[in-house]
Amino acid sequence: MLRFIFSRLLYLVPTFLGITIVAFAFPRLLKGDPVLLMAGERGVTPERHAEISAQLGFDKNIVLQYFDFVGRLFQGDFGNSLVTKKPVLSEFLTLFPATIELGFVAIVIAALVGVPIGVLAAIKRGSWFDQLSMSAALVGFSMPIFWWGLLLIIVFSGNLGWTPVSGRISLMYYFPNVTGFMLIDSLLSGQKGAFLSAVHHLILPSVVLATIPLAVIARQTRSAMLEVLGEDYVRTARAKGMPARRVIGVHALRNAMIPVVTTIGLQIGVLLAGAILTETIFSWPGIGKWMIDSISRRDYPSVQSGLLLVAGIVMLVNLLVDLTYGLINPRIRNK
Amino acid sequence: MSDTTVKLTDAQIRRRMLAEFWFYFSRNRGAVVGLVVFVLLVFMAIFADFIVPHNPILPYEGMAKLPPAWAEGGNPSFLLGTDAIGRDMLSRLIKGSQYSMFIGVVVVSIALVGGIVIGLVAGFFGGWVDTVIMRVMDVILAFPSLLLALVLVAVLGPGLINAMIAIAIVYQPHFARLTRAAVMSELRRDYVAAARVSGAGNLRLMFKTILPNCLGPLIVQATLSFSSAVLDAAALGFLGMGAQPPAAEWGTMLAEAREFITSHWWIVTFPGLAILISVLAINLMGDGLRDALDPKLKRS
Repeated sequence: MLRFIFSRLLYLVPTFLGITIVAFAFPRLLKGDPVLLMAGERGVTPERHAEISAQLGFDKNIVLQYFDFVGRLFQGDFGNSLVTKKPVLSEFLTLFPATIELGFVAIVIAALVGVPIGVLAAIKRGSWFDQLSMSAALVGFSMPIFWWGLLLIIVFSGNLGWTPVSGRISLMYYFPNVTGFMLIDSLLSGQKGAFLSAVHHLILPSVVLATIPLAVIARQTRSAMLEVLGEDYVRTARAKGMPARRVIGVHALRNAMIPVVTTIGLQIGVLLAGAILTETIFSWPGIGKWMIDSISRRDYPSVQSGLLLVAGIVMLVNLLVDLTYGLINPRIRNK
Repeated sequence: MSDTTVKLTDAQIRRRMLAEFWFYFSRNRGAVVGLVVFVLLVFMAIFADFIVPHNPILPYEGMAKLPPAWAEGGNPSFLLGTDAIGRDMLSRLIKGSQYSMFIGVVVVSIALVGGIVIGLVAGFFGGWVDTVIMRVMDVILAFPSLLLALVLVAVLGPGLINAMIAIAIVYQPHFARLTRAAVMSELRRDYVAAARVSGAGNLRLMFKTILPNCLGPLIVQATLSFSSAVLDAAALGFLGMGAQPPAAEWGTMLAEAREFITSHWWIVTFPGLAILISVLAINLMGDGLRDALDPKLKRS
């Protein structure tokens, strides 16, 4: 197992280097002088221009600049935001819990709803439930989620007045930021209604973000289940007179879950891309909205580091999925 | 028995393959519905300029925010109502189909051609060429596609063409991987060795001998990418990084409509519905194509 982990880690090194090169190249590929771009409309004097260039290392050899960049990354220095002047890493870390919270709840919804639907559809193959749920899954899979979010706002916030339109919690409540996760912090604060308010704010965005993963998981579960149900050991279990519930629950489901767990893990990239849209629609203060705002404000150090951090996170999660897969399935490990 | 075997001409073989394809494709009812809707969309896109009832980018004075014709206060000459500044909804939606189909075709063509060439080279030559190419593909795939597309657009500048280029770059590794995998499994087959022995050069081997036998999965992937391209281009438009106003692109229309979500439902509903219907139709078609082109599924 150690060898497996080590070989996976080694495999990631070139990808990681590639990601740093992309992030490094980004501000240098932009049209125009980065220093002038950073200065904005006010412009800079030639002396100040030279000073900033030297400060950012733009006057050095490009290869040296790259090593500088990577070296600073390893010291946790991701540069400063042009807008707030604060370190990008600390901004990222403040906003990241909001995205994790949203993404986590979304993937839990997607798995809790998607897996049972897929299992039922497979067991009752060809039934009206199968046809209906798989049609719904295809619609979910094809959904422009930015529009879906707007529709839900029209219905649930506009017409019914059930849910708020934006933000993470009602302004009525104020409590210290302990974990950054609103659901936990509101409980810790002990204020009446705070937790409910947080749930209220979370529900629409997480349903919107869950839509596509839910559809993917339901479809994947169904096909994995169908495949397993056709296997010999399932037939043997049935032939032995085992109750159907046990055949499906123990023999089939456990084996069908392996590809499904992988699918769930691989949804993380989809979730982060979806978070960009969902957070924009619901004014959710997470990293998706932050990236969009940084791009439109031309806050390039933020975009650069955000790109790097997001890709790094996706890479790490994929590694974890890989390792879990190896843990469950020895055949993969020893290949 | 040799006297009873019939020698088929190439055209006959092709016709039989097509018939077999249609047999499997048409068994999937959803796929046929998807195909019909898709053909209608293509038709609408090609003849958009002739069938629009009004000028899609011209605001009609005093006609702003008219509801659809069947609703109270609707005007029969504006069937689906008008938008915030009095442009005809229906005309804009029809014109929008032109953008979406154009985006799909261009993105898939660039990604397909690029991916095939890169994948063929990687799979055919192997060794360090393969390693370098595939590591670069891994890097592209490490980024969430929409995020990378957004950043590429930030580099290239917002606009429809740049958005299409960005999306194509992001999709291309999927085609490269598929082609490479198919090439590597085909390379071991006898027919390739036979072609090589009879003196076929590398280029002929790659494009004429091997490529036609790898097309199935590529076609399926192309269909799926077509629908994702429509979706992602609309998302970029919605975020203000795709087609720019007053273009009647569906995502851009949605972005302009955002402030009216609670007051004028039709301005928001129709463009999104158009995106959903197109994407759904193409995905339905993709499912059918996979059934018809995947030999593993055929046997079961």
